[in-house]
Amino acid sequence: METLKTCEFASAPINEALTPADKIRLLKEMLRIRRFEQAALRAYQGGKMGGFLHLYIGQESVAAGACSLMGPNDHVITAYRDHGHALAVGMNMNECMAELFGKATGCSKGKGGSMHFFAPDKNYWGGHGIVGGQTPLGLGLAYGLKYKGLTGSAMCFMGDGAVNQGCFYESMNMASLWNLPVIYIIENNGYSMGTSLARSSVFKSCLAERAEGFGIEWDTLNGEDVYEVRAKIQVAVDRAHQESRPTVLEIATYRYYGHSVADAKHKVYRSEEEIETYKAQHDPINLWKARLLEERVLNEEQYEAIDDAAKKEASDSVIFAEESPIPSVESITEDVYFEVDRQTAAGRTGRHFFND
Amino acid sequence: MAEITYREALRHAMAEEIERDENVVLLGEEVAEYDGAYKVTEGLWKRFGDKRVADTPISEAAFIGMGVGASMLGLRPVMELMFWSFSSVAWDQIVNNAGFVRYMSGGLINCPIVIRGPANGGTNVGATHSHTPENWLANVPGIKVVCPATPYDAKGLLKAAIRDNDPVMFMENTLLYGEKGEVPEEEYIIPLGVADVKREGTDVSIIAHGRAVLTALKAAELLQAEHDISAEVLDLRSIRPLDEEAILRTVRKTHRVVLVEENKPFCGVDAQIASIIAEKCFDDLDAPILRLSAIDAPAIYSPELERRQLPRPTDVVEKVLSICR
Repeated sequence: METLKTCEFASAPINEALTPADKIRLLKEMLRIRRFEQAALRAYQGGKMGGFLHLYIGQESVAAGACSLMGPNDHVITAYRDHGHALAVGMNMNECMAELFGKATGCSKGKGGSMHFFAPDKNYWGGHGIVGGQTPLGLGLAYGLKYKGLTGSAMCFMGDGAVNQGCFYESMNMASLWNLPVIYIIENNGYSMGTSLARSSVFKSCLAERAEGFGIEWDTLNGEDVYEVRAKIQVAVDRAHQESRPTVLEIATYRYYGHSVADAKHKVYRSEEEIETYKAQHDPINLWKARLLEERVLNEEQYEAIDDAAKKEASDSVIFAEESPIPSVESITEDVYFEVDRQTAAGRTGRHFFND
Repeated sequence: MAEITYREALRHAMAEEIERDENVVLLGEEVAEYDGAYKVTEGLWKRFGDKRVADTPISEAAFIGMGVGASMLGLRPVMELMFWSFSSVAWDQIVNNAGFVRYMSGGLINCPIVIRGPANGGTNVGATHSHTPENWLANVPGIKVVCPATPYDAKGLLKAAIRDNDPVMFMENTLLYGEKGEVPEEEYIIPLGVADVKREGTDVSIIAHGRAVLTALKAAELLQAEHDISAEVLDLRSIRPLDEEAILRTVRKTHRVVLVEENKPFCGVDAQIASIIAEKCFDDLDAPILRLSAIDAPAIYSPELERRQLPRPTDVVEKVLSICR
């Protein structure tokens, strides 16, 4: 472990306010994400699930740090690399793992899969599969909050690969034009699938600077440090709450695995050395652990206990998912129309489905 | 009963729903200060103010998606597309987000949004502005599609659409905006999924939706006057949900059917209707099911030819005569 740099952000008021228990909770959240995804990867490799599995491992500090700032009217929406945010807002591993397994006990009853986790009761609006497609939805959450007169924000996460989608620019324009409290958080892990940042995007100093043209405040930050993540996102949250203004943030981060588990070339378009260097020197969990050890709010035994608990929770969730029932064939046509599900007068009028 | 235009009927529906429910908001290009590109929302901004009626930039993907996001939080946005043709640039937001968010969340979320605007050819604006995407969207489970033909239906269906808790695609017609019809003063709702017999008849059924209903009614008059054929005209009104019973009822009554739409033939709405009729009342038919759609090419500009491209009353008459002689 390299020597920890002094973190100027440790003294930010939002971080000063953290109790030792809060700090340990942040560690726990990051470990839960990592152990959940490692268990999911093993199950995926064991043929237990279909489709894609976009792992967040390496980026845990971003979701854990950002979601730790959420108040009652702060909302989160993200793209398809969504397991980390889901766990960070408080979804439990069982419902998430069962969803990956396509089981009836999954958070979306097996209808969404890896890319589509939702928990509206926790202000978590997905989990969206189309790159950049969630950016207008984040705008809409912010608009809805403002319309209702609530002091809140919509944190809309996206990858660096999403910044070249048109609807993101349309959304930035409207966010600024209408003074909407949306925070676009670009998690820049350096690759839009197999295409590096340099080969996919032009920019002056950074991607977030593109917000300048829309008159939107922007900032960059190092995602490996939880204090920095929290301090700089809190500035944006304050701006949303106090000024109802948008922010674009770009967070430098890194994913250890491919774009998805199906990305066979992830060690072709980048070097093994690059991956190992990041793991060795920039791993957000190791860095936070070292920080907490240095601050003496954590000792090795406590760390091991937290990690063991996360591993057990993850392996238990695999058992839960394995043992859960597959959804019934009848359920295929449930949750399509609200009115039909509720058997309201509207739902009982006319034909909604067209088999047979 | 007062006669008002289709345009006014829509406006009254929106005004009444804005007054009734604080979560109803009208958003779209030129809907507020400009009073609506087709004057459908005329006067609403002055009456209800910036919060309830707002102009958006020309950014269909962003503002439709914004409406979807806001609807997830409980708002009931009524989004105007200046033309349904412009839905193509918001397709991901409409189909993946409005259409599927309920499903992919396992029923945790619903999306009570209405997206409305004109969807028609016949105005010499070329192929890009003349799309009739009711069949494209009715193909998406999770989405509802409505195509009113008369002022009375336009008002009652729009009010039902705004109160519906699923995403409703409401397709109007610029050629109908000025058409007048009787609309009662008192409140009424027309449920989605209920077709309407616009004219009773005994010899043949003409099934249509949108402006093709008016074409069918004119054809029915010609058939009666010139050929002594009694045609029944069934207006689908709602495409999805669909009033299958009404379709089967009229076919069982007349034993002959011509399906008329202004859409293109391949996998048009009427292809679905024909399939249902063939499957469920084959033995009631005394003639093949015939379809009359727009001539199968992109909407042509040439004013003279575009009139020919869309079904005319005389085209309907010809089709009917081919199975009623």
